[in-house]
Amino acid sequence: MIGIAGSQQLDLRRVGTGYAGGTRDTRASTRAGIETQRQDPADNQSVELRVRRQDAPDAAPYWQTFRLRVRPGDNVVSVLRALRLHPITADGEPVDPVAFEHNCMEEVCGACAMLIDGAPRPACSTLLADLGTVIRLEPLPKFPVVRDLMVDRARLFERLSRVKAWVRLDGPWDTHERAPRIAQRQWATDYLYSRCMSCGICLAACPQVDGQAQDNNGFIGPAALAQVRLLNAHPLGRYDKPERLHAIMAQGGLTDCGNAQNCVRVCPKKIPLTTAIGELGRQTTVQALQDLFGA
Amino acid sequence: MTGRRVIVVGGGLGGLWATLAIAGGGHRVLLFSLFEVMRSHSVCAQGGINAVLDYQGQHDSVAQHIRDTLKGGSWLANQPPVKSMCEAAPGLIRTFERMGVTFSRTPEGLLDQRLFGGVKHKRTCFAGASTGQQLMHGVDQQVRRLEAEGRVEKHEWWEYLGLVKDGAGVCRGVVAMDLRSLGVQAFPADAVVLATGGLGQLYAPQTTCSTNSTGAAASRAYQQGARFANAELFQFHPTAMLGEDKTRLMSEAARGEGGRVWVPKDPADRREPNRIPEAERWYFLEDWYPAYGNTVPRDIASRAIWRVCRELKQGIGGGDRVYLDLTHLDPGFVESRLGAILSIYRKFAGTDPLDAPMEIFPAAHYAMGGLWVDFERDPASGGVKPGSPRNHATSIAGLYACGECDYGYHGANRLGANSLLSASYSGRVAGEAVLSHLAGIERGADAVPAAPFDAEVARQQAINRELMTGQGNESPYRLHEELGALMTSRVGVVRDNAGLDRALEELAALERRAAHMALAEASPWANQTLAYARQVQDMIRLARVMAASARVRDECRGAHYKPEFDLPLPQSGRSAQDLGSPEWSQYRERWAANNARWLKTTVAEYSADGPRIDFEPVDLSVLAPDQPRDYR
Repeated sequence: MIGIAGSQQLDLRRVGTGYAGGTRDTRASTRAGIETQRQDPADNQSVELRVRRQDAPDAAPYWQTFRLRVRPGDNVVSVLRALRLHPITADGEPVDPVAFEHNCMEEVCGACAMLIDGAPRPACSTLLADLGTVIRLEPLPKFPVVRDLMVDRARLFERLSRVKAWVRLDGPWDTHERAPRIAQRQWATDYLYSRCMSCGICLAACPQVDGQAQDNNGFIGPAALAQVRLLNAHPLGRYDKPERLHAIMAQGGLTDCGNAQNCVRVCPKKIPLTTAIGELGRQTTVQALQDLFGA
Repeated sequence: MTGRRVIVVGGGLGGLWATLAIAGGGHRVLLFSLFEVMRSHSVCAQGGINAVLDYQGQHDSVAQHIRDTLKGGSWLANQPPVKSMCEAAPGLIRTFERMGVTFSRTPEGLLDQRLFGGVKHKRTCFAGASTGQQLMHGVDQQVRRLEAEGRVEKHEWWEYLGLVKDGAGVCRGVVAMDLRSLGVQAFPADAVVLATGGLGQLYAPQTTCSTNSTGAAASRAYQQGARFANAELFQFHPTAMLGEDKTRLMSEAARGEGGRVWVPKDPADRREPNRIPEAERWYFLEDWYPAYGNTVPRDIASRAIWRVCRELKQGIGGGDRVYLDLTHLDPGFVESRLGAILSIYRKFAGTDPLDAPMEIFPAAHYAMGGLWVDFERDPASGGVKPGSPRNHATSIAGLYACGECDYGYHGANRLGANSLLSASYSGRVAGEAVLSHLAGIERGADAVPAAPFDAEVARQQAINRELMTGQGNESPYRLHEELGALMTSRVGVVRDNAGLDRALEELAALERRAAHMALAEASPWANQTLAYARQVQDMIRLARVMAASARVRDECRGAHYKPEFDLPLPQSGRSAQDLGSPEWSQYRERWAANNARWLKTTVAEYSADGPRIDFEPVDLSVLAPDQPRDYR
C-alpha cells in the first residue's frame, strides 16, 4: 500500500496551492531551440531522478537513477521528455527511455499522474523549482502498471459505468426546448465537479481503494462519487438519481469511505470531493427511507 | 447485434459525435484512440463555442454568424457547410446542455454568452474557461452509456497505421497497432471515420497543441491517396504563454472579457508593468484597430504582435513578448469566467494574472486545412443536404473525416470558438453521412477477400521491422525538434518564397534522414519510441504538403501571409463605409482581381516525388465576397 504512506507525507503547501514556490524565471528564449546537452553531472543546477521502472505488467520493478541539468520553468514532464534524448543512467549505462504518459502538458487531460516523492500528482504541473535535487518517480499506485510510469486506469472508467454517470437522453438531437434556468450559485458548485479529468490521483491517495481488488466490488472511490453528485443535480440527470444512489449503496459503495480526506487534499483541480461524499450520504439516507416506506 | 461495423479513429469531440450518430443508427462502432478517451486535445479548448441565441439584447442573428465566419476566413470556406453549421449551432448547445454540460449562466439563469474575436456580438457559450473539457464530458458520458449497452467497443491505446482498400479502391477497414503489445492487426469495416485532430506538433515546442496533435493519421491517409486541402492555412494563436516545453494557450476569452494587449512605449523600460503609467503604455491593437480593438481575429492579432516585436523591436525588453492585461478588471468576475486559464498561468508561470499582466506571444494553434471532404448542396435550403452520403466523404470511397483533421469550415482563418462548433457539428454530420453510406452498401467488408488486409498488415509490419532493426543513427526526438524549428522559422506567421524553397529542401533532407533512425530501444512491449518514430516520419511528409502549398499561394489570405504579395488597405476611410471613394474603388478592383486568381482551394495529392498541388473553386453560393476584411 504505497499510496497511504505517500499521502501521509503530503506537503499541503506544495500540493494544495500549486505555485507556492513563488515567482520563477519564465524569461527564457521563446525561439524554438534545439535541445542542448542536458547531461552535466558537475553542474550545480542538475537533479537526480530516481525512477521506479518495470519492463512489463508482470515483471519485477527495479530502480534506476539519472542525473540531468534543469532549466528554468522545467516540470517533471519536461525533464522526462529531455531524458528521452539521452537515456543514460547516472552510472553511464545506456537504457531504454522511461515510458510515461503525457498529452496536454497543462493539467487538463489527466494523463501524466504519477507518484512524485511519494505523493500522487500531475507530472506536468509539478515544477522542479518546488522539488528538491533528488526526485523520486513511481507509477501511480492502485492501478496496474503497464510499463515504467504508465498505468492502466480502465478501472476508473469502469466505475463511471457502474454508477451510470450519464444522462439518459432520448437521443443526441435537438429537442428545440430552451435550456433550463440554473442559478449562478448552483452553476458555480456544479462546475467544480465537472473539472474532474479522470487522472486517478484521488484513488491513488485513498486508503480505502484496494489496488489488488479484482473489480467490481472494491471501493468505488471519490472520482465516480463526485460524478454521481454532479449528475444527480442536473435537471434531467435527476430522473435516474435512484439508480445511481442504489449503485453507490451496494458493496464497495459510499459506506466504504473511511473519511481519511486524502482525496480532497490531493485533487489537482481542487474538487470538493468530501463535500460530495457528505451530500451523497444524505441522499442515500433519504433513498433508503424511500426504499423502505415507498415515496 | 444487427447492423454493420464502422470504425471511428479518434476519441475527441468529432470522433465521439460521429460515434453517437452511427451507434444511434443501429450500427456497431469500433472506437480507436491512442489513449484512454477523455485525454484527447479537445479537452484543451478553453473559451467557448459559438451559437446565436441572442440572449444579450444585441440583435445577433444566424445570418451574422455566417457572415462573420466566412469573412473571418477570408472567404475561402465553401459556404453551404458554413451556413448549415451556423444554423445548427443553437440546437447543438441545447443538446449539450441536456447531456449535462455545465454551461455558465447569467444572473437570471440563462445560458451566458461572451464576446470573441472577429465578432461584434456576444455569441460564445462557455463553461468557465474549460469549455472543451466540459463538452467532452457530455459526449463521453453518452458514448460510455452506449459502450455499457454493447453498441460501442473501445480500442484504447491503439494507433491507426493505415487504410485497407479493396481492388476497386474502396476503403474496407484499417490496420492498427496495439501500443502495448505492438501487435499489428487488420480490422475490417464497412466505413471508416477519421477524427484524428490537428497537427500543431509540426511546430513543437512553439505550439499550444497536445503531444498527440501530430497530424500523423491524416498524413497516412494522404499517403494512401486521400486528398489534402488548404494545408498552408494554419492558425497562430496570438496569446500563448512563453515556455520551452510548450507554449500554453491563454484563451481569446481573456480579450473577449476585456483583457488588453500592450507594450511599454519604451522597450527598454524595466519597471514592473503595474508601475508603468497609462501614458507610457502602447495599446497597439486598440490603436491600429479602433473598431474591434483587442478582439480582432487571430491572424490579425498574431501579425500585429509579430510586427511589434520583430519589425518595430517594441516587444517587452526588446524580446518576443507583449503583455496581456487583466489587472484592470474585477477580480471576482475574472475568476468566475476565466478561472481555468488563471490557474494554468499561476501554475506554470508562477505569477498571478490578477496581480500582474501575463506575458504572451503567438504560437502554432489550429489547422484550417486538412483532409479534403465533400458535401452535397441542398438547392432548397442553400446549405448542405441533411444525411447525404457525400457529406464529409474524403476522396477515398468509404473513408470519412471530421473535426480538425478535415478542412471544412474555417477558410483561411478560424474565428475563436468556432472550432468546438465545427468539431461537434462535423462529427454529427459525418456520422449521419455514414448511415446513408451504409444503407447503400450491397456487400459488406466481410465479403472482401483477405488479401488486401494481409498485404496492408505486412506493409505496416515491415515499417516496424525496419525501425526496430535499422542501423541508422538519427534520433526521432531530435528530428522532431529540427522539424519544429524549421517550420516555426520558415512556414510560420510570416512567409516568403525564398524561405519556403529552403524549407522544402530542408524537409526533403529531413525525410531522407528520417529513413535512417536509431530507436535506442528494442523493447517489444509498450515501446513508445517506435510509435514516436513512425509519427515523426509521417509528420515530415505532412510538413512537405504544408510548405509546398504555402509556396504556390502567392498572396496574403487569412493566416497565410507573404508580405511580398500584400494588398494594403487604403489608409483613409473604412471598408464598411467608404467603398465608393476613388481610393477604395481602386483597392476593391485590385482585391477582386486577386480573388479571381486566388480565391480557390489548394488541393494536394501524394506522389513519391513530393506533393502535387492543384486548385479547385470555392462554393460561394451563399454570400458573394463583397467586403475586404477591414477590422479597423
